[in-house]
Amino acid sequence: MNRIYFDHISANPIHPKVKEVLVDFIKSDCFGNPLSQHSVGDEATEALERAREKTARLIGAKPDEIVFTSGGTESNNLAIKGVAFAKAKRGKHIISSSIEHQSVARTLRVLMKMGYQVTAVPVDKDGLVNPKDVEKAIRDDTILITIMHANNEIGTIEPIADIGKIARERKIPFHTDAVVSCGNIPVNVEELGVDLLSMAANQFYGPSGVGALYIKDGTEIVPILDGGTQENGKRAGTQNLIGIVGMGEAAELALIEMDERMKYLNRLKKALIERISTIEDVYINGNPELTIPGLVSFSVAYVEGESMTIMLDEKGIAVSVRSACASGSLRASHVLIAIGRDYATAQGTLIFSFGIENTIEQIDEAFETLKKTIDFLRSMSPLYKKK
Amino acid sequence: MHYSEKVMEHFRNPKNMGKMRNPDGIGVVGNPICGDMTTMTIKVKNNRIEKIKFTTMGCGAAIAVSSIVTEMAKGKTLDDAMKISYESVIEVIGELPTNELHCSKLGTDALQKAIMDYYAKKEGKKPKDKHVEYIGGRRGRCYCPYCSSETSRASPYCSKCGKPI
Repeated sequence: MNRIYFDHISANPIHPKVKEVLVDFIKSDCFGNPLSQHSVGDEATEALERAREKTARLIGAKPDEIVFTSGGTESNNLAIKGVAFAKAKRGKHIISSSIEHQSVARTLRVLMKMGYQVTAVPVDKDGLVNPKDVEKAIRDDTILITIMHANNEIGTIEPIADIGKIARERKIPFHTDAVVSCGNIPVNVEELGVDLLSMAANQFYGPSGVGALYIKDGTEIVPILDGGTQENGKRAGTQNLIGIVGMGEAAELALIEMDERMKYLNRLKKALIERISTIEDVYINGNPELTIPGLVSFSVAYVEGESMTIMLDEKGIAVSVRSACASGSLRASHVLIAIGRDYATAQGTLIFSFGIENTIEQIDEAFETLKKTIDFLRSMSPLYKKK
Repeated sequence: MHYSEKVMEHFRNPKNMGKMRNPDGIGVVGNPICGDMTTMTIKVKNNRIEKIKFTTMGCGAAIAVSSIVTEMAKGKTLDDAMKISYESVIEVIGELPTNELHCSKLGTDALQKAIMDYYAKKEGKKPKDKHVEYIGGRRGRCYCPYCSSETSRASPYCSKCGKPI
């Protein structure tokens, strides 16, 4: 059975060119510890710093502003806890949004238990934060603003540059979780006006388990992993050199191929939206004009998402689901509720996320299967009445 | 994929699926806002379940269990059908993922409600339970997916088993 993989928001295949570089690197026996005071360590340092330069270039940063981490979750934890702890004496108020990824939302929840206060600004029906709401939420004791660049469930791109201006004016550190956007759409830390930015290599066809946090020079932050002096003293622990080399390569390719990839993925997105719009009572989540290329979230009324995913998987089509059952929770996704979907319809939400190896033919095939799946499940749904 | 082959079989080819005209008893449980809802309709003859049909909106487990319950109930006396429990379903299909325990209780609960509804109608009483708790909107009861006890939506943890929900 030919598999159709439409779940790039969960994981991406490694780019063929990155694979080659990784295999060569592993074979080259560059295994040293960059901290060592000998030539074996120096070789590792060289590979590490080359990757750092390439990663920095992707977001328009200086190499020494890049701290390698184990991925998006760690980057978000380091940014938020690191600044919150460093600034605790000045204040304990943090501003965020109601649609953040769990690695931000749960980090904030932990901080709240430690006495921090969090204001989560709402979003509109497209999932957009209003920068004015952020400005209104600022207090004298606000020590951090953290708002995601692109949402991982509906793909909405937030007005980070506008919020960045406000943060700079008010001299408040500003972090953005750019895991979904980085490497897929242009991301420039100067243009966005951010002090901290999280990224993950796998989102742009690098290996999983490696990411980075951009920390602007002069930003006050304390490490959350204590130990050695690696990563400028901001993240202890011997670096995942193989992963980091893969990340550097993937970052370089992302920059070169970005325009082409965006055009192609936008075509796939448009093609799917055109097709699913023909099914009755199916709602697109988020405004396709304002979302990242290659991601379509939609809610199918009268059916539950997990059952759809399983039927699609039986036919070799891998997609992501946002119903309560599938996530081991009974609540519908907080993002879908935040944009105003009712609870029942939110339970029938699927996310199709495309990658550069997908084709229009795959969309046609998947769409036919999706239509049959919806018909079948609706035929057994107590809520569905044929019109 | 985390379901047993037996569950998948019923999920792919559900038995007795659909809506029945003029049933003798109707049972509806669940709440679509929590992502699961099952209806069972029965025809009774000589105190036995002659015909049974289900409709389910829910995860794979909820659909498969509904189908299995109809198979188990068909032809049984009302007393015997009343005794079909979650445990007896598990005996037939094997264990289900722990967070889908509640979904799998829907089928047996709906059957019991349908039988009660039949008795109530026979005695000329109006059924006590409303057929549908609440459809759509933001209200209604939800149940812990792990231990199946009723939960308050305000709390991030189940008050009975303590699991995050």
